[in-house]
Amino acid sequence: MGEVLVLVDHTDGQVKKNTAELLTLAARLGEPSAVFVGGTVEAARPRLAQFGAGTVYVVDNPDVTGGLAAPLAEALAAVVAAAGDPVAVLIPTGAVAKEAAARLAVKTGGGLVTDATNVEASGEGGVTTTQSAFASNYTVTSQVTAAPAIVTVKANTAPPQANQAGATVVPVDVSVSEVAKAARITGTQAKAKSGRPELAEAQIVVSGGRGTGGDFSPVEAFADTLGAAVGASRAAVDAGWYPHSNQVGQTGKQVSPQLYVACGISGAIQHRAGMQTSKTIVAINKDEEAPIFELVDFGVVGDLFNVLPQATEAVSKAKNG
Amino acid sequence: MNIVVCVKYVPDAQADRTFSEDNTTDRANVDGLLSELDEYAVEEALKIAEASGGEVTVVTVGPEGAADAIKKSLQMGAHKGVHVLDDAIHGSDAAATSLVLAQAVKKAADGAPELVLLGLASTDGTMSVVPAMLAERLGLPQVTQVSTLEVADGLVKGRRDSDTASDALEASLPAVVSVTDQINEPRYPSFKGIMAAKKKPVETWSLADLGVDAGAVGLANAGTRVVSFTARPAREQGEIVVDEGDGGTKLAEFLAKSKLI
Ligand SMILES: Cc1cc2nc3c(=O)[nH]c(=O)nc-3n(C[C@H](O)[C@H](O)[C@H](O)COP(=O)(O)OP(=O)(O)OC[C@H]3O[C@@H](n4cnc5c(N)ncnc54)[C@H](O)[C@@H]3O)c2cc1C
Ligand SMILES: Cc1cc2nc3c(=O)[nH]c(=O)nc-3n(C[C@H](O)[C@H](O)[C@H](O)COP(=O)(O)OP(=O)(O)OC[C@H]3O[C@@H](n4cnc5c(N)ncnc54)[C@H](O)[C@@H]3O)c2cc1C
Repeated sequence: MGEVLVLVDHTDGQVKKNTAELLTLAARLGEPSAVFVGGTVEAARPRLAQFGAGTVYVVDNPDVTGGLAAPLAEALAAVVAAAGDPVAVLIPTGAVAKEAAARLAVKTGGGLVTDATNVEASGEGGVTTTQSAFASNYTVTSQVTAAPAIVTVKANTAPPQANQAGATVVPVDVSVSEVAKAARITGTQAKAKSGRPELAEAQIVVSGGRGTGGDFSPVEAFADTLGAAVGASRAAVDAGWYPHSNQVGQTGKQVSPQLYVACGISGAIQHRAGMQTSKTIVAINKDEEAPIFELVDFGVVGDLFNVLPQATEAVSKAKNG
Repeated sequence: MNIVVCVKYVPDAQADRTFSEDNTTDRANVDGLLSELDEYAVEEALKIAEASGGEVTVVTVGPEGAADAIKKSLQMGAHKGVHVLDDAIHGSDAAATSLVLAQAVKKAADGAPELVLLGLASTDGTMSVVPAMLAERLGLPQVTQVSTLEVADGLVKGRRDSDTASDALEASLPAVVSVTDQINEPRYPSFKGIMAAKKKPVETWSLADLGVDAGAVGLANAGTRVVSFTARPAREQGEIVVDEGDGGTKLAEFLAKSKLI
């Protein structure tokens, strides 16, 4: 069986759940190995071992940890070379990692699939992937025909399965080229934390649109009783009512929670592209003709300023009683 | 400053997009147009060219209809168009697309592009990888997915937002830049622009014109291929209630019944 590389998503060695998912998927294709970028591999090792990484390739180089795609791609290419002939490289979907995957595909001649929702072995050692296409109106199965298969994978694709392995650390030296270093980050402004769950990973998302008129407080209050993340339509974001990082849709986040609640959102195709794979969909809208109602499991035709506070009260009563 | 903008011709997202018999995008039965997200790149290029006195060349790789994407860009104000048209390109993957684009960009800019602008993602493939692949192939720095852009003194500067932070990016020119839909408000073609576009030069190049081997592109040489597709089953509309003072309570009841609270 060939090796399958998994790029580790971590903060200071704290390995994220999506990495455990990718290691689980990797075991279906071959022998999982982890690729760890940074200086804190010892903190990460136990968890990587627990989820089946036989080898942990470590790239500890400040030129790579800077958060830019080109150096990361060079690091991945160096690990691919060190590993020999890996079957696949699995990468957690994210803007920078996805672009690194793209550059890696050019460097290695491998086949690239982005935003996969499943990865499986196909006959003859190949790799088959599942993706959504055309605003999630289709589910597509693809065959990766050029090796290595380079696949960026969405979060929540496979329940992580423990599978103890050695996690032997193998350092890989990377000298980043001048052209890869030519783009630089010259300043970083951290965003204020809301204390609410991450939009992409949340089990429940409550979103507000133009219908809020700029007052998100009933949306936030309802979200908080449900322990939900808050999302927004582009109209609400463009109006400056909510940050762009909370936008749900084609050019925002794609979410697929257990429950999605759309408040004062009409349901344009670009918004649907980001939420229509949600398990249960609820909408509150004044206009009974709003296209969002075509998607809902439950809809309330009404004013969100009346409906949401009452629902918030009823939910917190139900939870506490 | 001479700017090359890559623009894609895509099936209209408002229509029922689907696949054709060979599992590639069905373009025959769905109207195509300039990918909306590329309008932001064209607008940004026009602004930079207007400020610096440069020229904007739009490049598209696509079938015959893709000339429409060029036309729209010229109507907005771009100066020249290049259409890479060759049957062998049908079914190309992102890597092959970037290979063809790289050659076309070089030729369009006489070997030395100063600034290459692209959209955040196409509205059909929506991979957001072509700008990075193009930068890799051209050996240029990438400043991608920026929501602000400043080009001055041989530098490009832009802001890129992630979930946790907003980064200021910088690179020297020449560079490959992709822009988000937050960056500007694309202009509508004016009547004057529509009339002027008719006289603007558009060149059509084949793979041979670009020195690209047909064996490196197309469906048969793609590194990944769609083998099957299924339409998402239409959602069945659930219960809709009209709020008569009890809408919130009913909503909470639904959530409880569905074991969501
Ligand atoms: C290239 C491109 C990319 C895009 N990407 C995205 C994207 O990622 N995400 C996205 O969301 N959009 C996106 N859009 C925009 C999209 O087309 C719509 O314009 C947008 O989703 C509309 O937002 P909305 O539903 O909040 O506003 P509207 O369409 O204005 O709808 C507001 C709704 O609120 C209802 N309402 C008003 N007052 C109340 C009230 N008091 N109580 C209850 N209901 C009320 C109205 O009946 C109406 O249905 C994109 C567009 C383009 C061109
Ligand atoms: C449903 C579907 C699934 C696909 N799956 C895959 C896959 O898994 N792997 C794969 O390698 N390919 C795949 N493709 C093919 C891929 O979309 C095309 O090769 C495409 O031209 C490049 O990718 P993109 O459209 O996603 O571009 P993106 O990377 O999303 O586009 C970014 C920008 O690049 C520019 N650009 C992109 N294409 C062109 C062009 N032809 N001409 C000019 N400028 C352009 C535009 O400015 C665009 O805004 C798929 C296509 C479809 C329709």
